[in-house]
Amino acid sequence: MKENGMSLIVKRITRITVSLIFMFGVYILLHGHLTPGGGFAGGVIIALSFIHLVLAFGKETAFKRMDQVGASIAESFGGLMFLGIALLGVFAGKEFFLNVLPKGTPFDLFSSGIIILCNIAIFIKVGAGLFAIFVALAIMRIPVDDPGQEDGR
Amino acid sequence: MIEVHVILVLMIIGAIAAIEIEEMLSSVIAMGAVGIGLSLQFLLLRAPDLAITQLVVEILSLIILIKATVGAKMPKEKFRARIGYLIFALLFAAAFLFFSEQALRELPGFGSPLMKMGSEYLTEGLKKTGATNMVSAIILDFRGYDTLGEATVLFTSVIGVLAVLRIVRKRA
Repeated sequence: MKENGMSLIVKRITRITVSLIFMFGVYILLHGHLTPGGGFAGGVIIALSFIHLVLAFGKETAFKRMDQVGASIAESFGGLMFLGIALLGVFAGKEFFLNVLPKGTPFDLFSSGIIILCNIAIFIKVGAGLFAIFVALAIMRIPVDDPGQEDGR
Repeated sequence: MIEVHVILVLMIIGAIAAIEIEEMLSSVIAMGAVGIGLSLQFLLLRAPDLAITQLVVEILSLIILIKATVGAKMPKEKFRARIGYLIFALLFAAAFLFFSEQALRELPGFGSPLMKMGSEYLTEGLKKTGATNMVSAIILDFRGYDTLGEATVLFTSVIGVLAVLRIVRKRA
């Protein structure tokens, strides 16, 4: 496989920082109902960590972890999960989007019923969707430009 | 409130620079300065949720714009066309300022909410949802329908982008 991506310095630093960015995104997600943040911001941060990988290592290495088909599937899954959580209220015999799960004690990590589940669903959806948009807009080239780079999906 | 105004002036300078600079890349970076200034504004006006979201979305769009526009140049316009644009822009700005001055006179002062709904959320929200971040409680519990609509918008845009770019790939 030919060498691509950026220089050695960028690759070494990326190896350290990518996991930190990923962890920060998950932190923002899981504390979305306690502190500022939430599913949308966490999802964008996760998408940024994958974009970081793509920019530093080139797309062959990054697409082993998440490619465009995987991103599409994850996005649809997140959307359906959000809709399913919303329908929980209907299945319980009450209104759409009712908070049917137990609330728990305030300031606990697992509190506030469906809000944390909704955050997780939005997180999957936003992260995968924005990564797919980035790959489609910035990485895919019309093959005339750059004949060696159009085989990734 | 002085820092809000300072950042506002810097944002206006950044916006003017983004229009006037000829090279695309510098223009995109000036636009990024405007976005970071907006994020700081949200932070100073005590909306940390919005500040985080604005910051991360700004970084994402900057990366996409830099990847797309690196090395490109703006085509130069003719001088006469620019004078026409300037007259039109000044007329529009005057009309906009006039009508917004009329409209903003009717609003309540900054930081003095009159709305019953907002105080209801603040007093009852924690008991009803169990979430201590009231923004999350509102967008995911009280106003879940709006978030569903927003998710649909994002989903549709992703479908659109992927569909358009898939045609290009098949032709190759």
